Amino acid sequence: MTESAGAMVSEGKRPPREGEPQAGPTRRGSREGLLEGIRKAGVTAIFFAQLLAACVPALSKPRLIIAQIYNAGARSLIIIMLSGLFTGMVLGLQGYGLLHRFGSEAALGTAVALSLLKELGPVLTALLFAGRAGTALTSEIGLMRATDQLTAMEVMAVDPLRYVAAPRFLGGLIAMPLLTAIFIVIGLFGAQLVGVQMMGVDRGIFWSQMQSAVALKDVTEGIVKSLVFGAVLSLIAVNEGYHTDPTAEGVGRATTRTVVASSVLTLLLDYVLTAVFL
Amino acid sequence: MADLQSTPQPSAETDAVIDVRDVHYAVDGRPIFAGLDIRVRRGLITAVMGPSGTGKTTLLRLITGQIYASRGHVSVFGREIGDMGRAEIYATRKRMGMLFQNGALLTDVDVFDNVAFPVREHTNLPEPLIRTLVLTKLEAVGLRGAAHLMPSELSGGMARRVALARAIVMDPEVLIYDEPFVGLDPISLGVILRLIKQMNDALGITSVVVSHDVHEIATIADYSYLLSEGKVVAAGTPAQLAASDSATVRQFMTGGAEGPVPFHYPAADYASELLGEPA
Repeated sequence: MTESAGAMVSEGKRPPREGEPQAGPTRRGSREGLLEGIRKAGVTAIFFAQLLAACVPALSKPRLIIAQIYNAGARSLIIIMLSGLFTGMVLGLQGYGLLHRFGSEAALGTAVALSLLKELGPVLTALLFAGRAGTALTSEIGLMRATDQLTAMEVMAVDPLRYVAAPRFLGGLIAMPLLTAIFIVIGLFGAQLVGVQMMGVDRGIFWSQMQSAVALKDVTEGIVKSLVFGAVLSLIAVNEGYHTDPTAEGVGRATTRTVVASSVLTLLLDYVLTAVFL
Repeated sequence: MADLQSTPQPSAETDAVIDVRDVHYAVDGRPIFAGLDIRVRRGLITAVMGPSGTGKTTLLRLITGQIYASRGHVSVFGREIGDMGRAEIYATRKRMGMLFQNGALLTDVDVFDNVAFPVREHTNLPEPLIRTLVLTKLEAVGLRGAAHLMPSELSGGMARRVALARAIVMDPEVLIYDEPFVGLDPISLGVILRLIKQMNDALGITSVVVSHDVHEIATIADYSYLLSEGKVVAAGTPAQLAASDSATVRQFMTGGAEGPVPFHYPAADYASELLGEPA
């Protein structure tokens, strides 16, 4: 009885003291939020510059970078291939349905190839990368921070930016275009599977239309987008992990921030890059 | 400051490997140190003791150049940390080894590679030589047989011994221990104690041990500092501290709940808070 009464007292709302700031959004709060946002953007920019500087000496240890390409790239292969296959199959089905209405099924190969190369390939790969590799990077580096491993390196006169952050950034940067290429190839295979094998579009027309309509500029657009996404998403993941609060809760929050920021920035940058390429 | 300061002071200044003078440091406006003075003499085991939250770990970060004092001087090997550039700080750190509270081993590589890590990073020694070096250090901490284990397979005491092997693999002149006894069973604790003493005596390493395990540290320390509220409140040999009549020293050495360090965190009046009255 006394225990529950005690709990009620401690959980009950305490009347606000005089002069105490009240809860709820205030002008002062939003201004502080803005300043905090600007401060964070500045910290990220400085970190990016330091990271780029650390990438040069990191190149002298290719073993570390290869290990990270394996971690971010090879370990994401299954999810990328499966997603690519189903995306391609859906494109084949939807594309066929749409083009059939206008009697232009022959354009299926072109339509699928262009949408995969220019948009779906880079964007979906980036979103999957953020969920699979980005979170893994953030939580790994965050846990290294929380267990003093990064501090231990600093005390051992080993720069953690060079040893931990730079190889992971470079690994992500290199892995992203490769994953995107694989996503697109498997996607084309999936579209062909549905369009040609199931819906009966002529195989020769499917491939030859694609070959004649797709220009180098379209391929370049996909490559540039995937490189930009690779750089931005790897930077976000490494930055969030590197600056995480060294607690279990902090690592969790950093991982969430990685996914949210990566997804939003991917779509935003996709629009910007598309506008640039038009 | 207690009267003990006047007795055998580590005054020989040329002898001081680490010299902390009148250091002030604050975090978010909350002062951690306000005029801290500590000298670590070559070849001795110097203990830094104090209640939790007195900034013992902060002191280690000042000494290793991870943070800078807002006022005062921190010099290591006769050079002021604040005057050093990044390259010099890194060069200085290579002459120091540090043992972290939880070991801070790299979790993605095995025990052998953990100990080999600093050697591979800082030297171009051939692999057979690195192997000999690492096995020698692992043998010194009694874990040569555990070389192939991953850090997740080690007990707390073993992890700390591996971290000790890693800390000495570059033959440092100074070894810094951050709370080396926390959370250890009596056997592991005894092993770590003996190792600290052994490293100090056999290798001639200067040791700084930050700890609040009064009785353990008293058995090996040559000189002890007791910190409280950002200052040294007492300093001397363990015997001198034990004989001190200062209230702070006595509370710390005997583990009293009440004394100069209060049991209660500052709070509003108990009765009025329970009744929910605004203070």
